[in-house]
Amino acid sequence: MSKNAIMAGLVVFVAMALLPFWYNIGGSSAAPEPELSEKAKAAQKCVLDKYDMRANHMSLLDEWRDSVVRDADRLYESTNGKTFQMSLSTGEESCLGCHTDKEKFCDKCHTYASVDPYCWECHTTPKEINQ
Amino acid sequence: MKKSRRSFLKAAGVTALGIGAAPAIKAVASSGSVAAPVKTKKAEALNAKRWGMVIDTNKLTDEVAENIVHACKKAHNVPDFDHEPDAEKYPDTQPVNKTQEIKWIWEEHFEHAFPDKEDEFLAEKFRHLPFLVTCNHCKNAPCVQACPTQATFKREDGIVLMDFHRCIGCRFCMAACPFGSRSFNFRDPRPFIEEINPDFPTRSKGVVEKCNLCAERLAKGQQPACAEVSEGAITVGDLEDPASKVRELLAENYAIRRKQELGTEPSVYYIM
Ligand code: HEC
Ligand code: HEC
Ligand code: HEC
Repeated sequence: MSKNAIMAGLVVFVAMALLPFWYNIGGSSAAPEPELSEKAKAAQKCVLDKYDMRANHMSLLDEWRDSVVRDADRLYESTNGKTFQMSLSTGEESCLGCHTDKEKFCDKCHTYASVDPYCWECHTTPKEINQ
Repeated sequence: MKKSRRSFLKAAGVTALGIGAAPAIKAVASSGSVAAPVKTKKAEALNAKRWGMVIDTNKLTDEVAENIVHACKKAHNVPDFDHEPDAEKYPDTQPVNKTQEIKWIWEEHFEHAFPDKEDEFLAEKFRHLPFLVTCNHCKNAPCVQACPTQATFKREDGIVLMDFHRCIGCRFCMAACPFGSRSFNFRDPRPFIEEINPDFPTRSKGVVEKCNLCAERLAKGQQPACAEVSEGAITVGDLEDPASKVRELLAENYAIRRKQELGTEPSVYYIM
């Protein structure tokens, strides 16, 4: 008698506890796939290794802006042998000079990760200007 | 298996040594392969011990002054409140308040630029001359001392510079500056920029801004934008170098500075 009630209660409990998982089945969004621009493909190498960039590009940008604005150093010779003119958005060697399409590259990951860098309140993207 | 206390202690000692050695071995193994990145200035960058500016008021006509102000605005995306915003791109833009204008270099009347030198019998010509005023890049800059976040700082070469990333918009610097050389962005400046220059970021609502003596151009080996279009009226150079053009001008002409009595030691001189 009470055994049945307990079993029924258990079934309901397990179903409820697993609800979030049922809810998300099939609905989970795939990992973002940032698209490399033709220019980036031709350049082949980023400032740091791909995985290092993926994990640490925010701190690299932070380092860059301090060097440029505060120390007046504008050239960055990377450990991979390439030299960059440190800039987020201006010039051919800047992040956006190479990753030319912000929407298809930076924003792909950022939208997925719900990060919204405020940099673009001041830094410009080529697209925005040509609008 | 029987183990004496002695052999157990020996084995434990060797193991402990091994554990202790691991980080040392790792450090030795990696130090050869990872070099640190190197940050430098460009070879063509212009350098000085202390940057300064000499403005020759004799060469300053209304037309030249206008060109200078315009060139500066264009180079740095300084908004112009007379510009009618594009209604499609920026709908619902509120009307401007002209007193909230952003100024890097601008025309000023003599009696405002040099209030202490105003005189009843002053040569009539001074009253009508266009005077250009800007940030004086003071040697003892009060704005630098006032800034609580070190967003405004004095660079080694004498330029009083702003790190816009650090500015919290407190405006202490504006209160500290005796020359009114700083402006606060009460609103998003972008609708009032006629054509955005991709070579320099804009600013955003809530930060203070001012002349940066074209730090971004000096770094590329170019003269500041104002000097370039000034037809000789503005000369920028090293005040500490006795052989520089600015020192030559100061040696040969009578020059004054704004509000010298305050002791901020302005780096902008006016040849009268
Ligand atoms: C000269 C061109 C170039 C410049 C400049 C450049 N990148 Fe890259 N970036 C690349 C290339 C090429 C890759 C792909 C590397 C690979 O696949 O090994 C890449 C990869 C990346 C990745 C990883 C993408 C992924 O799929 O995980 C990030 C993040 C990134 N870049 C951000 C930046 C930022 C931020 C800057 C400015 C500091 C910058 N890049 C400057 C060419 C460039
Ligand atoms: C591989 C995915 C990926 C790509 C590509 C990528 N980002 Fe990011 N970015 C991230 C993630 C994830 C974070 C958040 C990291 C965190 O909060 O710890 C981030 C954070 C940042 C931040 C710091 C934001 C903040 O508010 O602190 C900046 C700035 C930034 N990215 C710039 C860029 C730029 C510029 C590009 C394009 C050139 C770019 N990123 C491309 C994944 C990416
Ligand atoms: C309030 C406006 C503003 C905001 C917001 C802003 N910047 Fe900047 N940034 C500037 C200005 C102005 C410069 C100076 C450019 C120069 O001197 O060439 C600059 C310079 C830089 C530089 C070095 C030079 C260059 O051309 O890029 C980097 C890197 C940089 N910013 C990164 C960032 C990042 C990353 C963010 C967002 C997390 C950001 N900035 C947000 C205004 C801003």
